[in-house]
Amino acid sequence: MKSLAQLFSFKGGVKPASHKVESADCPIRPAPMPARLIVPLRQSAGHTAQCLVEVGQKVQKGQMIGAAEGVFSSATHAPTSGTVVAVGPEAVPHPSGLAAPCVVIETDGEDRWGERTPLDWRGGDPEVLRGFIRDAGIVGLGGATFPSHIKLKPGAAGEFGGRIPTLVINGAECEPWITCDDRLMRERAEGILRGAAIMRHLVGAEKIIVGIEDNKPQAVAAMRAAAAALGEAQLDVVAVPTRYPAGGEKQLIRVLTGIEIPYGKLGTQFGVQCFNVGTAYAIHRAVEHGEPLISRLLTLTGNVARPGNYEVLIGTPIETLLPLAEPRADTNGYLMGGPMMGFTLPRLDVPVVKSSNCVIAASPALFPQAPPEMPCIRCGACARACPAELQPFELYWHSRAKNFGKAQEYHIFDCIECGCCSYVCPSRIRLVDYFRFAKSSIRAREREKSAADLARERYEFRLARDEREKQEKAAKLAAKAAETKAKLAAQAAATTAAADDASGEAQKLGAGGTASEPADDPKKALIAAAMARAQAQKAASHPENTEALNPEVQAEIQDIEARRAKLRETAKAAQPQDNN
Amino acid sequence: MLEAVLVMALGAVVLGAALGYAAVRFKVEGDPLVEKIDAILPQTQCGQCGYPGCKPYAQAVAKGEAEINCCPPGGEEGIRKLADLLGREFKPLSAEHGIEKPKSIAFIDEQNCIGCTLCIQACPVDAIVGAAKQMHTIIATDCTGCELCVAPCPVDCIAMVPVQETVETWTWKYPVFGIAAK
Amino acid sequence: MLENSPYVLQPASVRSVMFRVLVALLPGIAAYVWFFGAAILVQLALCSIAALAGEWAMLALRRKPAWLFLSDGSALVTAWLIALTFPPIAPWWLGVAATLFAIVVIKHLYGGLGQNPFNPAMAAYCLMIVAYPQIISQWPAVGFTDFAAQWTAIFGGAERHLDAIVMATPLDALRTTLHTADARATVAGILGSHATFGNIGGRGWEWVALGYLFGGIWLIQQRVITWHIPAAFLGTLVVIAGIASSLNPATYAGPVFQAFTGGAMLCAFFIATDPVSGATTPRGKLIFAAGIALLTWIIRTFGAYPDGIAFATLLMNLCVPLIDMKTQPPVFGHKKGSDQ
Repeated sequence: MKSLAQLFSFKGGVKPASHKVESADCPIRPAPMPARLIVPLRQSAGHTAQCLVEVGQKVQKGQMIGAAEGVFSSATHAPTSGTVVAVGPEAVPHPSGLAAPCVVIETDGEDRWGERTPLDWRGGDPEVLRGFIRDAGIVGLGGATFPSHIKLKPGAAGEFGGRIPTLVINGAECEPWITCDDRLMRERAEGILRGAAIMRHLVGAEKIIVGIEDNKPQAVAAMRAAAAALGEAQLDVVAVPTRYPAGGEKQLIRVLTGIEIPYGKLGTQFGVQCFNVGTAYAIHRAVEHGEPLISRLLTLTGNVARPGNYEVLIGTPIETLLPLAEPRADTNGYLMGGPMMGFTLPRLDVPVVKSSNCVIAASPALFPQAPPEMPCIRCGACARACPAELQPFELYWHSRAKNFGKAQEYHIFDCIECGCCSYVCPSRIRLVDYFRFAKSSIRAREREKSAADLARERYEFRLARDEREKQEKAAKLAAKAAETKAKLAAQAAATTAAADDASGEAQKLGAGGTASEPADDPKKALIAAAMARAQAQKAASHPENTEALNPEVQAEIQDIEARRAKLRETAKAAQPQDNN
Repeated sequence: MLEAVLVMALGAVVLGAALGYAAVRFKVEGDPLVEKIDAILPQTQCGQCGYPGCKPYAQAVAKGEAEINCCPPGGEEGIRKLADLLGREFKPLSAEHGIEKPKSIAFIDEQNCIGCTLCIQACPVDAIVGAAKQMHTIIATDCTGCELCVAPCPVDCIAMVPVQETVETWTWKYPVFGIAAK
Repeated sequence: MLENSPYVLQPASVRSVMFRVLVALLPGIAAYVWFFGAAILVQLALCSIAALAGEWAMLALRRKPAWLFLSDGSALVTAWLIALTFPPIAPWWLGVAATLFAIVVIKHLYGGLGQNPFNPAMAAYCLMIVAYPQIISQWPAVGFTDFAAQWTAIFGGAERHLDAIVMATPLDALRTTLHTADARATVAGILGSHATFGNIGGRGWEWVALGYLFGGIWLIQQRVITWHIPAAFLGTLVVIAGIASSLNPATYAGPVFQAFTGGAMLCAFFIATDPVSGATTPRGKLIFAAGIALLTWIIRTFGAYPDGIAFATLLMNLCVPLIDMKTQPPVFGHKKGSDQ
């Protein structure tokens, strides 16, 4: 079919065996309800959601159990009705095998929905719609789980007139084995396009381009049929050449629009945003049916007797899904995600999360043992395969030598960890492993460094404050002393002037700070008067019933009062500094 | 003979003059070495080195008064970096200054805290909030783990808790592969 | 199973790269045997044995897995290039010593496979041409394919009688005659003076060069090498020679002769393309190869040695770190115009 869009291409890429046939013709089936669901509170690339439930609480399907914490975060929901039995750290699907805060729900089997309120998106305030999407827990389902409401916020009016002119819907699914997006497009094309229409409305996009790798002709046909039926203007379904990683966000945007988005920049700044087909479908379900993101499609494949595509509730433990696919006897591990970018599941009691698109049973035949690593011969095969147009072998030298500064100079953070370099390397060097190591080490060092900088700043501030307090105290004491002396001198002068004619001399002496003979008596009188005044004031300002207290308590109270005064002073002193 | 001596002497004078001029012309102001050393130090301000803070220790190291192996929180890596920077020999951490421990932060058992404020006064980075007769607590993100608050506490309610690795702070390990690697 | 992704790898290996290079040399070797006899096969065998022995000894000393590296084929590539750049009737110890020097000193003392900053074959050639310039100018005459005589030349020791079978190469003849200040000598005159200097690059030699060209094009098609280095090398050589010979055809040989004589074609596809010691970025490869071509032409034309490829290659090897550093290609999204 002729396409309106002109296609570009990205450099590099590889063509691994696709292994899509195993599961591509298996229709989506619902996975059975497990007894327990483990719902991680952090299921986006942003901050961990704030837990809203406590142990023992009954929850209904779709009820929010974790609220978005700040802007860069997303909500989580109860995938079915049941009782919260635990809130705390549980193992999550992550290469580290570490635990993270989760809500564990014992399902009651009733699958009872809470209140579902669709939103009339055509008329409303875009900010409300974005908030709705955040509270529906919509994140990028392609794997990065970037909160969608952030990507759906157009830039300032100056940039593309406060719009995002182009919306790319990513149905490329370039990783081998995975077919869940393929099935979604074949079976729920209309939902995807409705979701895309909501996003178009939200960002004011002129055109929508759906990119699908040309090894999925049925998905392309289904999407085209749905597009024709829906009658959306300026909506193109484009078959892109099959080449891994064509489904990488930046690569697909490059192929469909020619725009290259560098590391650390959002597509918004370039007038284009990209969303996975699953994300578009989730937005449609949330906005038009009031159903938050509580399930996703997952491909079960690999070394199994019955591969398939399942609609799985978020939080379903992987081990409860495996019997559905009947793994073969020589299975020696499970991968989550595809074989190019996925990871080995360190344990099987971990739940399905929003980024889980595939579980592959591994066997020695499918994924053979690592061949021995040879030295790099600088052949440049990795550089030719790199879709980010990096020089991986240079990065490899620097990462291996832990020369992280140099690695950053060679743009290590532009690496998308697609694995093409490791895939082609004739020396079988695990290049991406070195890059992952270097990137996470650089991030850890930056965290350490900013912590050290903060500590240094706070320590120096404290030193400066101590110093200033000391000076202020000294200055205050000096001022008080001077004041007293001046008063004293004045009084002495007055008395002596009345008594005899030695006034000038006494004044001079008094101001000079030495107690002179004639000034002695009035000074004593003055001190006595001051003490009496202080006594009176003290009695007046302490209306509490403290007369009957024993001396120890009295002493303690005074001690505390003194410290309180000091603290007040400290606080006062700290105030203006904080404003700087 | 005399000519040779004269030529050499002249050469020495000319070179000496050039070097002297360069020393004046390209003099570096300030002492960037202290800043560089301070940047390597972990800024816990714990005083385990025997100096009142990281900066004073950095100054002492720069002057050559202190050894480079007196900083337990910086650990072996820190000593290596200092050795690299200063061109000195690497030495293992000096035992009299302490041992390298996993990074910890202080935790106040709020049940036992009597609100004496002694720890607040001891904290070098103002990471403890509280007031007299009020319960105190640690601001975890600001705590450097210096342990200076532990000793002053009259009721021993402050404990050092090792920082747990989380999914967010976990790092990929250095790859170890194959027999053929050099 | 592999520890981390990617869990699948393309079936590629250093061995397959190196063996494809060896295969690509075969057409040139076939032409060599046809025109100059089977002596070259003896030399190839000698150098191969020396290379494997040297490699094995160094791997044992460095406690490396011997079979893995011996079978990677890199030592054989070095050995074959040495054999192909030396005269086929050179005494047996010359190639052996050169190969051992290349493997032991240039390759392993610098850290082994992938670590040598210089092309081992060319470094060995330079050593030998400085040490034994006489032997390296003894090339067999075309059509002299008597294997027994060649065998004697190689293994005969003191009894080598070469006068009958040896002659200068066209490049050598050009250099010596033009340098002897014979004011009447011209390129056309010298090349026309002897039957074997005729045709394109010297009779027989152009066919060997053509064989290398075929093999090289196959290597590009196999994606073992890229087009950059051969194109830049031959292009630069042809352009410089073309300009010079059009200015003064009597003193400067023409571009086609330059490209098809001596080691030019071997250098373009097999020597300059050594990935370990060469430039790696696309622009860097162009600069690197153009530099070799320029230096080769200068040494051929004005230098004291008959062919300049070895010295030119080593000199450009020295520049590789700088060239690579200065020619880093722009990264995705950081290209001119798209950067903000």
